[in-house]
Amino acid sequence: MAQTYRSQLVDPLVDNNPITLQVLGICSALAVTSSMQVAFVMALAVTMVTGFSSLFISMLRNQIPSSIRIIVQMVIIASLVILVDQLLKAYAYEISKTLSVFVGLIITNCIVMGRAEAFAMKNPPVASFIDGVGNGLGYGLLLLVVGFFRELFGAGSLFGVTILETVNNGGWYVPNGMLLLPPSAFFVIGLLIWGIRTWKPAQVEEREYKIQTVEAH
Amino acid sequence: MEGLLSLAVKAVFVENLALSFFLGMCTFLAVSKKISTAIGLGISVMVVQGITVPANNLILTYLLAPGALAWAGFPDVDLTFLGLISYIGVIAAMVQILEMLLDKYFPPLYNALGVFLPLITVNCAILGGSLFMVERSYDFAEATTYGLSSGFGWALAITAMAGVREKLKYSDIPDGLQGLGITFITAGLMAMAFMSFSGVKL
Repeated sequence: MAQTYRSQLVDPLVDNNPITLQVLGICSALAVTSSMQVAFVMALAVTMVTGFSSLFISMLRNQIPSSIRIIVQMVIIASLVILVDQLLKAYAYEISKTLSVFVGLIITNCIVMGRAEAFAMKNPPVASFIDGVGNGLGYGLLLLVVGFFRELFGAGSLFGVTILETVNNGGWYVPNGMLLLPPSAFFVIGLLIWGIRTWKPAQVEEREYKIQTVEAH
Repeated sequence: MEGLLSLAVKAVFVENLALSFFLGMCTFLAVSKKISTAIGLGISVMVVQGITVPANNLILTYLLAPGALAWAGFPDVDLTFLGLISYIGVIAAMVQILEMLLDKYFPPLYNALGVFLPLITVNCAILGGSLFMVERSYDFAEATTYGLSSGFGWALAITAMAGVREKLKYSDIPDGLQGLGITFITAGLMAMAFMSFSGVKL
């Protein structure tokens, strides 16, 4: 059993990453990655919510009538998100201001719903908890990688600590301002997907149309 | 009136929900393969958004905001922390009611939109619209305008995206970039184009 728990935790990191392969939870991945610190807090919040919502939904899975399961799942997830939101407001007010509506949007983050629906409704609590945490970590990993590139090259710092001294402060590095703007997140994730799929060709999607080569006569 | 108009233009172009706040991205990327389905989904988002944002605005003003329960004799009660759960409840209920109404009175429309309606409950653009309404403290008229126009902006973005993707499927893309990868990069280019609206004031 230990082996499967381990693979449940590790698989979503690269092999079955929620963002690059399952196409879940992209909204917040793009919006909160302009600095590492914010990305880290967001990753932590999402991991907590996915883990515990999977745990609770799995505990209740035999009692939930399937016709109203979506609303029951929603209520559980929304209560957890309210908890996280209040905690952030109490202990990290500045960061909760930067995250603005995106904490609330964890409710509709498809990773949470997706894991609840696909895994927690069919599996025992401990396995569901680990699956939830694993997917949260996979999401967090991608968030941190994107945040790393965007903050390092966009502002020359990591976690707010200056790494590359920018020209404005008398250093040598000319920051690439575009990386702090929203569209760059699309490019970084797109290129990351390219990289991951080159490394693991099994994830490559089928072409809809084959390119035909015409023989010369 | 002028204020509302400028709010509408701002919500459609400058602060486009899909391309500058990245809301509703999951459906935006998953359902944008064909123009016809994209238009169907876009219209349903607009309708639901136009109903839920004002509805949540009423709930906020008369039930949740600090002092809002004064009419019931509880002037000191502040229920704002219940906001998230009430908004998502309203959205889920509205979508359900809309589905039943359409099924009963407008069967053709129901058949066209039917598959998308359940998807909309978990579309972050809808919840995001309500949360932005709260954060920027819109009044009822502003909330209605904002709901309708931000829904329209989302519909516009997904239709444009579907148009690009319909053409794009014939092109020769590197294997690893096929599908999701190139979609992300296209969306990025579109977001950059939409950024040129920023700073436009009416």
